[in-house]
Amino acid sequence: MTDDEQDRIDRNRRHFLTVATAVTGLAGVGLAAIPFLSSLKPSARAQALGAPVEVPIGALQEGEMVRVLWRGKLVYILKRSDAMVAGLADNVANLEDPDSEVVEQQPDYAANPMRSIRPDFLVVEGSCTHLGCAPLEDFEVRPSEEWNGGFFCPCHGSKFDLAGRVWQGVPAPTNLRVPPHRFVRDDLILIGQDTGAA
Amino acid sequence: MARVEAEVGKPQGGLLKWIDDRFPLTKTLKYHVTEYYASKNFNVWYVFGVLAFVVLFIQLFTGLFLTMNYKPSAAEAFASVEYIMRDVEWGWLIRYVHSTGASFFFIVVYLHMFRAMLYGSYKKPRELIWLIGMLIFFVLMAEAFAGYLLPWGQMSYWGAQVIISLFGAIPGIGDALVEFIRGDYSISDITLNRFFALHVIALPLALIGLVFVHIVALHEVGSNNPDGIEIKENKGPDGVPVDGVAFHPYHTSKDLVAIVIFLMIFSAVVFFAPEMGGYFLEHANFEPANLRATPEHIAPVWYFTPFYAILRAVPDKLWGAILMALAVLLPMFLPWLDKSRVRSIRYRGWMYKTALTVFVVSFLTLGWLGVQPAEGIYVRAAQVFTALYFLFFLLMPYYTTIDKTKPVPDRVVAHG
Repeated sequence: MTDDEQDRIDRNRRHFLTVATAVTGLAGVGLAAIPFLSSLKPSARAQALGAPVEVPIGALQEGEMVRVLWRGKLVYILKRSDAMVAGLADNVANLEDPDSEVVEQQPDYAANPMRSIRPDFLVVEGSCTHLGCAPLEDFEVRPSEEWNGGFFCPCHGSKFDLAGRVWQGVPAPTNLRVPPHRFVRDDLILIGQDTGAA
Repeated sequence: MARVEAEVGKPQGGLLKWIDDRFPLTKTLKYHVTEYYASKNFNVWYVFGVLAFVVLFIQLFTGLFLTMNYKPSAAEAFASVEYIMRDVEWGWLIRYVHSTGASFFFIVVYLHMFRAMLYGSYKKPRELIWLIGMLIFFVLMAEAFAGYLLPWGQMSYWGAQVIISLFGAIPGIGDALVEFIRGDYSISDITLNRFFALHVIALPLALIGLVFVHIVALHEVGSNNPDGIEIKENKGPDGVPVDGVAFHPYHTSKDLVAIVIFLMIFSAVVFFAPEMGGYFLEHANFEPANLRATPEHIAPVWYFTPFYAILRAVPDKLWGAILMALAVLLPMFLPWLDKSRVRSIRYRGWMYKTALTVFVVSFLTLGWLGVQPAEGIYVRAAQVFTALYFLFFLLMPYYTTIDKTKPVPDRVVAHG
C-alpha cells in the first residue's frame, strides 16, 4: 500500500464501524442468551407441581409432628402442647431474633412470639437457614442446657426452639422460615397459600 | 523409461508427505514430542502431569459407557446405578473404575500442584500455566460435584443441598441464584437432569480444552525442573539445551513405568477397596435420596473436606462461605505472592521450608477435620488450622523476601 493510499484511509470512520459492529454483535449475543438462561428457570411444570398442598391435622396428638413436602421442600407441622407453648417464653435471651424481626422469614400473621397462627400448631420449613439440612426434632426438656425442646441441625450444629427461632452463636443466621399457610378447617391446613378459596 | 523409474523409485514422503503438505503432522509431533526437550533430572514428582492425563482418559472412557446405562431422572437414577452394578455385564467394574477414578484424579492433581509448590514451577515465566492449571482444578471440582449428585443417594442429595445453599449466602441475589441453579424450588429431577448435562458435556469439554491450552503454554516456555533453573539458557551447538532430553522416547519411557505402577495401585483399589472405607463412596449414598431426612453425619467426599472444614470453622454463614471461596482461590496468586529469587526448594532457606510444611500439615489436618462432627475441639482445631492455611499465603511476600537462599547452580544436579 502506498503512502498515498494510507492517507486516504479515514481511520475515525474505520474505528467507528469496528466499534459499532462489535456493539451490535454483543447486543445480539445478549438477546440470544435470554431464551437459554430463561430455560434454566423453574419450568411451567415445576411451578404447577409447586401448587399448595392440603394436610389433615385432626389426628395429630400433642407433641407429634408430621413432615410433608411442598414444592419439594420439607415442611414440619408440629402440634405443641400447652407446656411446650409455655416454654417459649423462657430463654428468650438465648435467641437471635425472638420477635421475628427479620421479615422475610415469615408472613405477617406469624410474626409473633409463637411464630404461628394458632398457638398449638407450628408450621415451619424443615430446612436449616444455614445450608439447608433438615433439622432433627429434639423435644426433650433439659433445664441444665436451658433447652425447652426444639430442633437441632445435625450438619453444623444449629439450634432452634419450638417456634423455629434460632439460637445465638450457631451457624444459622435466621429463624426457620414459615411458609404461607392457612387453616381451611379446624382440622385441615393448606400449605403454600394463605388467601382465597383452596 | 529410466526417467519414469527415477520418479517411481522416489517414494520418500509417501502418505506422510502427502499429509504434511496439507496438515502440520510431522511438525507438530516434533514440536511437542520428539523435539520437545525437558530436563534430564526429573524426579518422581514429575510423573503426575502425565498421570492426570491418564486419569482424564479413564474418566472419559468409563463415563461414556456408564452414560449408556444410566438414567438421569429422580425416579430412575438410583435404580439405574444399581442396575449397572448388578445386571449390566461388567457394569460394576466400569462404575467402580469411574468412581475410583474421581478420587485418584484429585490425588494426582493435588500432588501435581504440590510439585509446583516444591520447585516454584508457577514462578515467572510460567504464571499462565499455573493459572490455567488452577482453572482446570476449579472445573474439576465442579465436575466432581455434579457427578456426585447423579447416583441420587442420600449423600448426593443432601451434599448438593448444602453446597448449592452456599450460593444463598450472597446478599441480595442469593435466594434467586439458588433457585436458578436448581431450576426448581428444591433439588429435584430438574436439577439432576441439568447436572447430568453439565457432567457429561459442558464440563468435560471445558476440561479437555483447558488441558490442551495448559500443555500449549507449557511447551511454549518449557518445563521447570527440580533445580528450578532455565535449561534453555545453556544450549549446545545444535541449539538443544545441554541438560534437556527429548520428551519421546526418553521421558515417555520413564512415564510408562509410572503409569504401570499407578495402574497397579489403581486396580488394587478398584478390586479390593472401591469404597475405601466410606471415603471414596460414602456409606449414606447406598440409600436412595430421602427428601424428608438428612443423614446424621453429612460430609463431602474426601477431596473437598479441607475446604469444608474451613466453611464449618466460621460460625457465620456469609463469612464461612467467603473464607471457603478464598481458600480455594488463594493459590491462584502464588506467582505474585512468592517473592523469592530462587524457584526450587533445594535452594530456599528454612523459612519457606517451614512454611510449606505448616501448609501441608494444615491442609491434611483440615481434610481430616472435615469428616469429623462439627463440635467442640474439632471446630477449635479447624479454626487454628484455617488461620495457618491463610497465613501461609498472606505472609508469603514477607517470608520469601527475607528468607536466606542458597546459590543456584548453572547446570541441573542429579540427586538420587
